Amino acid sequence: MFILGVVLGLYKFLPDFLITNDFSKYSLYALMFFVGIGIGADADALSIIRKTKIKIILVPFCVIFGSLLGAAITSFFISEISMAETMAVAAGFGYYSLSSIFITEISGETLGVIALLSNISREIITLLATPFFVKYFGKLGGIASGGATSMDTCLPIISESTGKEWAIIAVFSGVVLTIFVPFLVPFLLTFI
Amino acid sequence: MIPVLLLMTIGFILGYVLRNKTKFIQFSNKATTLIIYLLLFLLGIGVGLNETIISNMDTIGLQAILITFGAVLGSLIFAYITYKLFFIQKNEK
Repeated sequence: MFILGVVLGLYKFLPDFLITNDFSKYSLYALMFFVGIGIGADADALSIIRKTKIKIILVPFCVIFGSLLGAAITSFFISEISMAETMAVAAGFGYYSLSSIFITEISGETLGVIALLSNISREIITLLATPFFVKYFGKLGGIASGGATSMDTCLPIISESTGKEWAIIAVFSGVVLTIFVPFLVPFLLTFI
Repeated sequence: MIPVLLLMTIGFILGYVLRNKTKFIQFSNKATTLIIYLLLFLLGIGVGLNETIISNMDTIGLQAILITFGAVLGSLIFAYITYKLFFIQKNEK
């Protein structure tokens, strides 16, 4: 869909109302409403997992701190983007669709595209390198690298290279990170 | 950002109250996916129309990859420490 949009935009093959109207703002409002419903519906599932194994809560939080710290350090090598912006891009945790839309709305299209590419590449890196990560960084390696995608697209490779008993941790971590994305991204861009 | 947070809170409460209404939750999940596609499409149009982005695609791509490497490496290091401290004894026995 994104690439189709790029092609249409490049050749200006579009009806005027799509270019001039603030269509995306209202779509974002509708999206947030539905994302809210999704999170509310999941709240129960989360509390059940929390009761069974308390220390798996550590996993998504070490992904959050690790990603943000790593991105903050990276920002010293990128002069065009501020530290808060790099951290916001990393706070997508691979959830490229939602995070890039948020970042576009708050910080403009350029950073939105960076977020899109960065988070897609996080998913691709995880799909390709999980066996390597597990070997050198322990059994949480694939789950950490996958971020929010550990619960869906990257779950098969994580489960295969880490073992099935780790799949529940992968799903839990992915769900928590997915829920954090719509809060953390605007927070980083607005308050830091 | 205030209308967004407000809408999300309303959605959250509604989702929690109606969490057992499977059809409603399924509809909501489908709507989420559809709107995400729509917004990505609109972002694509915006990017295609934006000459600054198109002509700087190589720099933007490089920056994106750098951020990803930083974030993934940071997560891996923290995950490794957490694994060594909290997970290894229990699961290796």
